[in-house]
Amino acid sequence: MATQIQLAGIERVFHLGDSEVHALRNLNLSIAAGEYVAVMGPSGSGKSTLLNLLGLLDRPNTGLYRLEGRDVTTLSSDEQARVRSERIGFVFQSFHLVPRLTAAENIALPMVLAGMAPAQRNARVKQALKDYGLENRADHRPDELSGGQRQRVAIARATIMQPAMILADEPTGNLDRATGEEVIRLLEALNAQGVTLIMVTHDAALGARAHRQLLMEDGAVQHDQRRETSTPSTVTPACAAPT
Amino acid sequence: MRSADLIRFARDAATGNPLRASLLVLAMAIGVAAVVVLTALGDGARRYVMNEFSSLGSNLVIVLPGRSQTGGFSPGNAITNTTRDLTIDDAQALSRASAVARVAPLVVGTSEISAGGKLREVMVAGTVSQYAEVRNMAMAQGRFLTAGDWGRGASEAVIGAKVRDEIFGNTPALGQLVRVGDRRFRIVGVLATSGQGLSMNTDELVFVPVSIAQSMFNTNTLFRILIEANGRNAIEAAKAQVADIIKLRHEGEQDVTVITQDAVLATFDKLLGALTLGVAGIAAISLAVAGILVMNVMLVSVSQRTAEIGLLKALGATGSGIRMVFLTEAIMLSLAGALVGYGLGQLAAAVIRQLYPTFPAYPPDWAVIAGLATAMVTGILFGVLPARRAAQLDPVQALSKR
Repeated sequence: MATQIQLAGIERVFHLGDSEVHALRNLNLSIAAGEYVAVMGPSGSGKSTLLNLLGLLDRPNTGLYRLEGRDVTTLSSDEQARVRSERIGFVFQSFHLVPRLTAAENIALPMVLAGMAPAQRNARVKQALKDYGLENRADHRPDELSGGQRQRVAIARATIMQPAMILADEPTGNLDRATGEEVIRLLEALNAQGVTLIMVTHDAALGARAHRQLLMEDGAVQHDQRRETSTPSTVTPACAAPT
Repeated sequence: MRSADLIRFARDAATGNPLRASLLVLAMAIGVAAVVVLTALGDGARRYVMNEFSSLGSNLVIVLPGRSQTGGFSPGNAITNTTRDLTIDDAQALSRASAVARVAPLVVGTSEISAGGKLREVMVAGTVSQYAEVRNMAMAQGRFLTAGDWGRGASEAVIGAKVRDEIFGNTPALGQLVRVGDRRFRIVGVLATSGQGLSMNTDELVFVPVSIAQSMFNTNTLFRILIEANGRNAIEAAKAQVADIIKLRHEGEQDVTVITQDAVLATFDKLLGALTLGVAGIAAISLAVAGILVMNVMLVSVSQRTAEIGLLKALGATGSGIRMVFLTEAIMLSLAGALVGYGLGQLAAAVIRQLYPTFPAYPPDWAVIAGLATAMVTGILFGVLPARRAAQLDPVQALSKR
């Protein structure tokens, strides 16, 4: 199994006034391509900081982050933006859709930012709208969509650049149980296609569905537990490879 | 980002908040409109004065007694005393110069005109028949003074339109006898109304032959000699020849001032051009104010849209990409404001032209271009800071704002 993410000796310290807060302490972690990982733990345990670090939105104070064998901590911010654009998809708790853009335009946004040709964009958006059952919602703005539809738009947007991993920060936190379940199934389907799924969640039931659970406390991983029933080894390496 | 996408994204962002966008456009429009209108007024004043001076007569060279220390036109010329006066003989000598077409001597004094029991104080101008051609004067009735020996004039007078109205009212003036000072004259002509003029108002003048005027005012000197050159290109030659002839006749002393209409025009042109420039500068301040408003509104916009900026970064936008998005928005709003302002300014100038048809209130091209360019530059300049701030936002913090 190819190691996709490798963290070694990661420290992240925030300065709040005079006091130092160690959000992450000497974190060592490696995640293989195609894994389904749930990150759990109490508030302030460093879950979100870890996710931001993995998504290259934040830099560690010390330590090494290798993404697909490449040291990404020393990249310039423009190079990091390129990695985010091509390899990483984000799904947020509060969806973060641009309110003035339609569903289709929101989905197309990463491709617009990457400078992709309109013809290619339109084809992909059309396919994504179809895949996520949003065909008759394409021209609606986010405030005209239900919570579940909004999160489906957000997932379509996260996957439109065909990333190697999806980072989800409490993707069901603002949804009711039924819609949340539907969203999780979409994410799991993506994982089944070989995309690495890393999800921060408070919900123990949701976390239990993941193949691997990381329990964090005080900026360190307390438990790293794998469920043996359905390992990522069922996924063929070809699918896990970057497309 | 492709430029078409960039422009569309910025446009959507701008129109997404119509109040903000329209305020910005309004501020910029007022600035540009101020530049257009104020320069139209300034340049209109310049053109108006130029037109008035051109109506003095074409290819005019004027000889003044007394030497002027400064070249060109100065108020001192009007009051300087001279040791050696200009005489009719001087004027006659000048008419023999090759570059000179016509010469008209001028004597001016005040006297009283009376006829039919009415009395009025008037300016009396003593001159010769050529004066009418040199000054392009039109007659309402009759004719101007007769040509003949300058030293011996007939007792005839030509009166201005206003003098005619006040002395004769509705009764015919032509052929009537009037008393000017202690002499009697027969009226041979009435001048056409000259309208408003910057020069001596001919409506209130009485013209009599130069020799008679000189004896009336007990003088043998001239107030001015007006000369019409042979053409526009001959003006300089005429000026030089006139100076030489007078110098020769005045024992080698250059004791007169020769000015050309061009010099007078150039002085006024410079003066009023500077005025227009100054007015444009004042208007430009309003553009700078508009620029600062652009900056403020864009800064507010950046802080309102932090979540969006964080999202764009998470979706792979680079710092320079985000900078471009905000800069494009500022430029687009400034450009829209500049165009609206240009339209408003032209409209206001047209209204002024409608209200005052004699006043040519057209904004000069340079002012329009400078106004539009300044609007663009201020938009870019004051858009840079907000755009930089947006680009430097920490994506983690930006996203954590709900």
